[in-house]
Parts: sequence; structure tokens; C-alpha cells
Amino acid sequence: MTDPRSLSPLDLETPDKTFLDANELVINMGPQHPATHGVLRVILRLDGEKVLGLECVIGYLHRGVEKIAENRTYTMFNPYVDRMDYVAAVSNGLGYCEAVEKLLSVEAPPRAQYIRVILTELNRIASHQLWLGTHALDIGAITPLFYTFRDREEILKIFEKYCGARLTTHAFRIGGLQYEAYDGFESDVRNFVSFVKPKIDEYEELLTTNRIWLERTKGVGVISGKDAIALGVTGPVLRASGVKWDIRKAQPYANYKNFDFEIPTGENGDTYDRYIVRMMEMRQSLRIIEQAVAGIPEGPIMAKVPKVMKPPVGEVYHSIEAPKGELGYFIVSDGSTQPYRVRVRPPSFVNLQALDVMCRDQLVADVIAVIGTLDIVLGEVDR
Amino acid sequence: MNPSLTSNPPVATPFFFYGLAAIMIIGGILVITRKNAVHSALALITTLLAQAALYLMLYAPFVAGVQIILYAGGIMVLFLFVIMLISIERAEKERQFNKQWLVGIAAAAVLGGLFITVYTTTTKGRVLFPEGRTSYVDMQNTQGIANLLFDQHAGTYMFAFEIASLLLLVAIIGAVVMAKKRI
Amino acid sequence: MHALVQYIESYLSSDKTPGAAGNFFWATVYVLLVFVGLSIAVIAMNWLERKILAHMQVRLGPMRVGPHGLLQPIADALKLLLKEDIIPDGADKVVFWIAPFIVVLAAFTVFVVVPFGPTHAITDMNIGILFMLGVSSLSVLGIVTAGWASNSHYPLIGALRSSAQMVSYEVAMGLAVVSAILMTSLNESKTGTLSMIGIVQAQFDQHEWFLFKFFPLGIIAFGIFAIAMVAETNRAPFDLPEAESELTAGFHTEYSGFRWSLFFLAEYSAMIAVSSIAVTLWIGGWLRPFPNLLQGSTWDLAFSSVPGITFLLLGAICFYNTARMPKHPLFKIQTLGLAGFGAVLALIGLMMFLPPVRERVGDIFWFSAKVAGFMYLYIWYRGTFPRYRFDQLMKVGWKVLLPTGLALLILTAVVGMRAELLAQVKQVFQR
Repeated sequence: MTDPRSLSPLDLETPDKTFLDANELVINMGPQHPATHGVLRVILRLDGEKVLGLECVIGYLHRGVEKIAENRTYTMFNPYVDRMDYVAAVSNGLGYCEAVEKLLSVEAPPRAQYIRVILTELNRIASHQLWLGTHALDIGAITPLFYTFRDREEILKIFEKYCGARLTTHAFRIGGLQYEAYDGFESDVRNFVSFVKPKIDEYEELLTTNRIWLERTKGVGVISGKDAIALGVTGPVLRASGVKWDIRKAQPYANYKNFDFEIPTGENGDTYDRYIVRMMEMRQSLRIIEQAVAGIPEGPIMAKVPKVMKPPVGEVYHSIEAPKGELGYFIVSDGSTQPYRVRVRPPSFVNLQALDVMCRDQLVADVIAVIGTLDIVLGEVDR
Repeated sequence: MNPSLTSNPPVATPFFFYGLAAIMIIGGILVITRKNAVHSALALITTLLAQAALYLMLYAPFVAGVQIILYAGGIMVLFLFVIMLISIERAEKERQFNKQWLVGIAAAAVLGGLFITVYTTTTKGRVLFPEGRTSYVDMQNTQGIANLLFDQHAGTYMFAFEIASLLLLVAIIGAVVMAKKRI
Repeated sequence: MHALVQYIESYLSSDKTPGAAGNFFWATVYVLLVFVGLSIAVIAMNWLERKILAHMQVRLGPMRVGPHGLLQPIADALKLLLKEDIIPDGADKVVFWIAPFIVVLAAFTVFVVVPFGPTHAITDMNIGILFMLGVSSLSVLGIVTAGWASNSHYPLIGALRSSAQMVSYEVAMGLAVVSAILMTSLNESKTGTLSMIGIVQAQFDQHEWFLFKFFPLGIIAFGIFAIAMVAETNRAPFDLPEAESELTAGFHTEYSGFRWSLFFLAEYSAMIAVSSIAVTLWIGGWLRPFPNLLQGSTWDLAFSSVPGITFLLLGAICFYNTARMPKHPLFKIQTLGLAGFGAVLALIGLMMFLPPVRERVGDIFWFSAKVAGFMYLYIWYRGTFPRYRFDQLMKVGWKVLLPTGLALLILTAVVGMRAELLAQVKQVFQR
């Protein structure tokens, strides 16, 4: 018997058909569908409501971000990365800036590093909040969405005060920060931490022990740690399968090694574990933010970076732990002001590969739940 | 008792009877002539509903209610369910009646003739809608049926009723055994 | 003129429903009243659902059309009527056209037997409850045909889900109903009734709502019905046939404009219909709280003034919010509108204190208040629960509710007949 994964899902044979069997349905889910989080198209092959296989069709949001990079200077390309994972723009910026810094062999000063960590972790919470709201909405609970958006607003307010933008922030510059933290930044962040702690309990109150929520998520979309590693899945999805892999710990960047936090992991690799892992990650992010705010050092916010950036010939791969998984930038420099090639390793794109494995033999309703739990952003998948 | 609310005798009984009968016959014809199975099923539902209304006219509300709840509401939904799952396109291509319409018409004529003969011989001297109707028993129809089924002295249909339900159970188990891939 | 007044008065003093009296004129009046009342209830429910759900979800809901969005349902209705009515290419036009009407007809016809009071029903059939269950089960036909006629995959799956769901939950629902009907036979003559009015009367005679009868049997039966009725009306958490995230809109995906609004109307009137069944069977129908315990003219007076007080309170809330309205010329019309609405409510409240009105509206008020409680529950469920998956839904229906219902039915029968059973057991031992 061949591994079913090696076959295209649309060519699968149905086992022992009887004369009363319903006809198989091939259904197009998306690109215009309320639960595909944008413009993902999933071709489902169904036996009744059971999923025999599925294929993702992507590219509806392709903007050629990587190609654009080849025609822009390193500094000019910085805002473009915000448009990939637009719900976690700060993380994208951090990854790009650090990659170029690595190429230039400079390091952002400590104060800039601390502020970067605070903003990135705030962004992680915002991204998880958006995920929770939409994921719960997909499963049919409409209320958490409004709670999470109410609280995400506070994060966006901090971003707006800091750099003037709420979503596509362009918060960091290569070599550090452009803006000094505004007056009251620290107290704003501290207030937010104490504000959001009980709110996370509130979300959990609605869902964590809700019978229907448990039934809808436990044992749904299971992926083993081995499969997850084989498919290159990263982030909370991988950790929920019991693999303790977090780039913040494994290959510390920024100054994450100075902070004390834990990597939450799950056991079963099902949708419920992924939910729990993300909820715990939000709390861990708050822990990091608390430590970072307490320890922001004084000093410059910008390293010495030439006005016209001409990195030496060479290549660099730098990855960070974005809210959705490993976000990597591979940059090749030919010594000119523009990168020769930029390749992004987006976590959503790689995680989406696992959709077929996770959905086989489940029901249509579970496909929705699994798409939600993968936490994909189509801007990042298609780039 | 105030005058405005005295119980009026049912009005226009023949009108309703013939109306319902016409609906039933038209529905029945549509059931066998429609090529689309869903249309046939809808026509059958119409027929069944009209039949329920006829039961009501016979002062048998319980039977009418059961007719609606079981046939129109339950069984026909399952019919539709099955019809939707089979391929309609192929059914539409096939010729209906299988060239047996001559036989069919002959059988219908014989049956119709039988009905007319029975009607004319057994109702000799009687009219279909007599002026003085036998008033129905004051007891409720529901209790009447219960007595007929379960009463210790008059109940004669209990055994037949239970046997019929057993038969249905056998049919259900048979269907499950035949249809299920893996039990 | 005098004759007309006398005619109306003669009606008011009678103790029969127009259907039972065979009075064609009053039956027509009642049909119209119920139809209009139901439409208003659906409109009000539309507004209330949006407002209550909004406040549960830390938002305001409709605020623009009229004060606090009071005119929003009317704006919505106008929009729906003016929208283009699309019949998809390849749809079965006739069936597509008929389907919404089947649903609406089924949803409205059941109100023929709903008893808003001992005399406030269009008619009282002796198969009342059977009629309600039967006719409301016909609405599934409309849903199935709607899904099929759309000639599209999502509606078809929605229709299949819907029919399977409604047929399965009808079984559990029927068992719960039968156990309540068994309770009506606990009188001297040992004969029960299927008549809606008879069922409420039986609760009055037995000095107990069936909800608390044979504790906890009554409550369990009510629980089964309360779950099954949510599934029957395709509402959250059982709203799979129209699960937005899975099937876009389920069986009415391809419908638009007026036809879509018919489905909407049918859904809400079906919700009211099943709630009225629950109220009639278990919560004492039109009976005011403690009709036997707190008897006497003083209590009667106290309870009969509750409707008036309720409306006055609603009016007072409107006036309070009028006072809180922003004092800005832009809000002048809104403020006036809200004040006017409050005045109308207060006027209705005052009218309800008039003795002839007070004696007549009590039962309608209590019935509606109980139904409104169920309507609130529906909204609450929607704000709280995620959606069940289809197999889980079937599991709940067949593996939990059905066996419980069967056991309950037998237990109710045994407890109800315990005296006779004990006598028989004694006889056996004496032999």
C-alpha cells in the first residue's frame, strides 16, 4: 500500500463502494468563503461529509514581494515586509532588520533591542488575539471575536502612539529604531499588561471548559510531532505536537536570552492543544514584556549604519520566532545597494502544507477548524 | 348561550370534498407523469395532505394528524432525502412508463369500473351527502382509537399493531445490513 | 352601532374560542390578529436579538436608524423588499419559488392552535399538540426543496443536514411531549387530552406546572424538549444547516431579497411556535404564577396589574434614555422619537389598568412573557456556544436524548400509574 500522502488527493480511490453509496462531491471552498481567512481556495473531495482529500490553491494575493526587493534598496524594502503577515507586521520587520544587520555585521544597541522585544511580544499577543477571535468564530462562537478585538485595540493604540501606524507599522529600522520611545511608553505597556491579564482569563472562561468547544477541538486535526517535523511545520502548531522548538530559545536573537520564559508545549497535537499552547504563549509574552519594561537600559537607539547601505558580497539566513512560526529571511548581496535576491520562509505557507494530512478522514466542519487553528495569513502565504 | 356563538353545522361539505378529491387526483396524476423525481415527491405530498384533510372531514382528526406527521412530515422527507442523493440526470434521460401505458390505461379503466359498480350497487337509494348526517360520537377520536387498540375488552387490534411494528423493525435492520459498508 | 357593541360584548363574555364556537367572523378576526401580532413579534425579535447580542459582545448594535436603532427592522425590511430577486441559472424555478412559501405556511399555520388564553386561541383542536408537531415538521420540506432547487452544492449540503437534523430531533421531541401528555391524564376520569387548552387546564387542575411534576421527571422532559426545540429551529448551537463558516448560508445561500426574508420570517415564527409548545406543556401556558396558591381578589388584582406596570416601566426606561440623549440639534428628531415611543408604551400601560382590558389581557401577557423568556434564551445561546459538528449533533440526538426520552416516558407512565400497579402487585401477593 502506497503512502496516501504521496498521491494527489483528487486521484484517491474510494474503498469498497456499495450500490447505495452517495456520489462523491468535489467542492470548491473559497476563494470567496467566509472561513478561509482571505483568499485561500481549498478543493475538497468529500464522501458525504467525510474529507477524502484536499488540495490548496494559493496565489490569489500574490504581489511579488520577493521580486520587488530586488529593485529596492535595503532600506526601501523594509516597509514591504509589513505587508506579508499584516497582523504581525512588527515581527516581520524585526526579522528583516536583523537579517540585514547580520549581513552588515552590526548590532542594534541594547535599548533598541529591549524596545524591539516589547513591541514584538505585544504584536505576538495581538496576533494570537486575532487568531483566537477568528478561530472561535469559525467554530461558531461569535462572542470571543469582539472580546479579543476590544483588547487588541489597546495594543494597536500603543503602536499608533509609538510610530503612527496601527497595522503596517514599519516600527524598526536597520540598525535600531528611528523613534525614541514616547513619553509614557513604559507606563502604557505596564498598564496594558495588567489590563490584559484578566482578559485572557475571560477568553478562557468562555472556551477552555466549554463542552461544545472541547468536542469540536479535541482529537481534531491531529498531527504527530514526527509528521510535523517532516512537513517543516513550526510555531505553536509544532509545539502543540510535543516538540519543544522555539527559536527564541533554540537560536536566541535580539536579546531573548536575557529573559526568563517558558515554552509551552502540548501533547496530542490536536486543535485543542494548539489552542491551549497559544493561550499559554500569550501569558508568557506578558512575562517577557514585564521583564523587558522593567529593564529598559538608557543609551542610543541606533547603531552606526552607513547612510547608503552596501553590504559585502555574501548571503545570510536569519530566522525569528514569529507568532505563527519560524519566519526566515534569506538575503543574497552582490555588494550593490539592492539585494540580489531575497527569499522569505513564511511560517503560514509551510504550515499550510500540513492541512491535507490534518484533514484526511475528518469532516467538513473540521477543515474549517483546522484552517483556523493553523493560523494562516494569506498575505504571507502568497507574498 | 349567546346567539352569536351557537355551533354552526359544517358549511359547504360537498364543495370541500370535491375540491380535495380533485387535488388528490391531480396530485396523483402528477406523481406518475412528472419526469423529475422531486416534482413527483412534491405532488405526492400534496396528495397526502389533501388526504389528511379528507380524514378531518370524516371527523377523524387523530388519523389526520398522524397522516401529516408521519407521511407528509416524516416519510416524504426521507423520500426527498434519497431522491437528492441519486443521480437525477440519468433518471431524466430514461423513458418513462416503459411502453406499458396501454396496459396501464386498461388496468385503470378496470379499476375505475369496479369502483363505479361498487358505488352504484351498494349505495342504491342513498345519496352521497345526506341531509341528516349521523352525528359522530361525542367521545374524542383519539380516545376512540386508543380504546380500539388497547382496551381490555374491545381492543382487538393490539396484536396486529405490535406485529406491524416488529415487521418495520425487521425492514430497518435489513436495510442497515444491506447498506452499511462496515458494521 | 348599538347592535355592533352588543355583538362584541357578547363575544367578550363567552368562554369559547371562535373555532370551537364555529364563528366564522371572529375566527377571521383572530387569524388576522395573530398574523399581525406575530409579524410585530418577529420585527421586535429582530431588533432585540441584535441589541441584546450586541450588548453581550461589548458593542452597541444598531444605533443610527431611529433612536437606539428602533426603526432598524423596518429599514431592513424595506431594503429586503427592494432588493433584486435573483433566481439562479439552472435552478428549478417552480420549486425554488414554492419552497419559501412552504416554510412560511408551515410556520404560521401552527399558530391556529396556540392558546394565548382560555378563549384567546383561533381554535382548540382535540389533537392540538399533534397538529402543532405535524405542521411544524412540514417546514423541513420547504428547507429540503429550497436546498435542492438552488442547484448548488452548499445549499444542497445544508438541506441534507437540515432534514436529517430535524427528522432526528423530532423523535426525541415527540417522546418528551408524550411524557407531558401522559401527565394530563392524572385526573378522576383517567383520560388525558391532546388539546392545547386542555393541557394548560390540566396543569391548573393539578395545581402544578408539569415542569415540576414528578420531580425530576418533568424537568428532564422539559430539558429534552428545550434542547430538541433549538435543534428543530436550526438555531445556535445547532445551526449547522446555515453554518456560516462552513456552508456560507446553508439552504438559503442562493436566495435573496423577499424570498430570503420569508425564510427569516419563518425561522423566527418557528422559534416562537416551539417556545409556545414548551410554555403550554410545561410552564403553565397562560396561567399567571401561583394561580391556586395565591387566590382571592386581592391577588388577582395584584397580578392583573403586572402587565400595566411592565409597560409603564418600559415607558419609563424610554423616558430615562430620552433624558440621557445628547443635547444637540442633530439628535432632536431622535429624542422626540424616543419620547414618543415611551409615551406610546406608557399609554398602553395605562390602558391595561382599565378594568375590562385588565381582565382580558392578563393571560395573553403571561403567555407572551414566558415565550419572551425562551426567546431570550435563544439569543443567549447564540452569544455563548460554539457550533456542534454534524456527527456530534446526531450523537446527542440519537444516543443521549432518545434513550433518555424513552426511559423518561416509561418512568412517567409507571409513576403516574403507581397506585394501580401497587394494587395489582398486592393482588398477586394475596393469591
